[in-house]
Amino acid sequence: MNWMSRTLAISLTATLAACDNMANQPKLNPYELPYGSQAQWPATPPSHTIARDEPLRPLGPPPVTVALLERGQQRFNIYCAPCHGRFGDGNGMIVQRGFPLPPSYYSDALRNAPSQLFYDVITHGYGVMFSYADRVAPADRWAIVAYIRALQASADATVADVPPDKRSALR
Amino acid sequence: MAIFGPRANLFMNVALAGAGGSAIVLLLAIWVVPVMGYNTQQRFAPQQPIPFSHKHHVSGLGIDCRYCHTTVETSANAGMPSTAICMTCHSQIWTNAAMLAPDRKSLAENKPIHWTRVYGLPDYVFFDHSIHIAKGVGCTECHGPIGDMALTWKAQTLYMSWCLSCHRDPAPHLRPLDQVFNAHWHRTPSTPSGQTLMAEYHIHTRDLSDCGTCHR
Repeated sequence: MNWMSRTLAISLTATLAACDNMANQPKLNPYELPYGSQAQWPATPPSHTIARDEPLRPLGPPPVTVALLERGQQRFNIYCAPCHGRFGDGNGMIVQRGFPLPPSYYSDALRNAPSQLFYDVITHGYGVMFSYADRVAPADRWAIVAYIRALQASADATVADVPPDKRSALR
Repeated sequence: MAIFGPRANLFMNVALAGAGGSAIVLLLAIWVVPVMGYNTQQRFAPQQPIPFSHKHHVSGLGIDCRYCHTTVETSANAGMPSTAICMTCHSQIWTNAAMLAPDRKSLAENKPIHWTRVYGLPDYVFFDHSIHIAKGVGCTECHGPIGDMALTWKAQTLYMSWCLSCHRDPAPHLRPLDQVFNAHWHRTPSTPSGQTLMAEYHIHTRDLSDCGTCHR
């Protein structure tokens, strides 16, 4: 009797488990832990380890190209502009809603600062600014730095700085 | 003794009505129940630990989708913002708001916030955000007017017929790559046609409805 009821229970479980058409399978999805798992989530990487695709040594600044600047502009507008503003004057939307005012990129101190400083601030944060290392990849940090440099250069640019064949686009 | 008693007509009529009624109920069960919002959870906003408003953050503040969903361009999963991403602003703004208490608790205890999934796919479907982004499918194509949702609700059924409707004819659902994350984008007369974009992105419908495209 015991044997029979056990067989019945097992076959019933198997039959009923098939009812969800394999919508739930024993595979790991992002943000999903196996049932009953006690693992820490999200997994924090052990110290002194780096991600698989992370460069072994810190990247130096890449050569500045138009593609790099365009990438930098795109990433800047996503991650920096909410506070620093699209022009880098520090008057972004989040600042208008009460976040402490960040310094303008156009101060003499930041114009003369080494590019490494901007890279390090993105990586580690500064003051009330959080680290963006989890959001902005190392290569993108240099792209953003290049774009900040372009913003700084554009502040006191004149028409004379624009190549003659591109001037008509300004109008 | 008659074969059919005086009540035979009544039995017959009840049986006929029952058969007709069952047929109607069966047809409703097959064709109507599966597409009811109650069943698909379409337009349903599940309760979340924090009543996060995309409308406020996207349309009100103009924050890009990728500010929080950081892996949407590179990975199958769009990525849910870590507590640190919320705290980038909320360590300074609305620091005492009662509705952000779960956020502060999460930071203090180093435990993630458990959001309720709005868009659930069965495990046999392998959906990848990054390829849809790379081929010019905008967020709102599947997530509806997400930038105007005060609470996040499910905009589509996620039925296979819905997936296939686009995989068989993607052209009307494509947009220029720089408009993919624009929550209020509309096709204008100057927008390149869907066919042009399909050619530009090298989209071939011949392979798009293969079983192995989504099921492995």
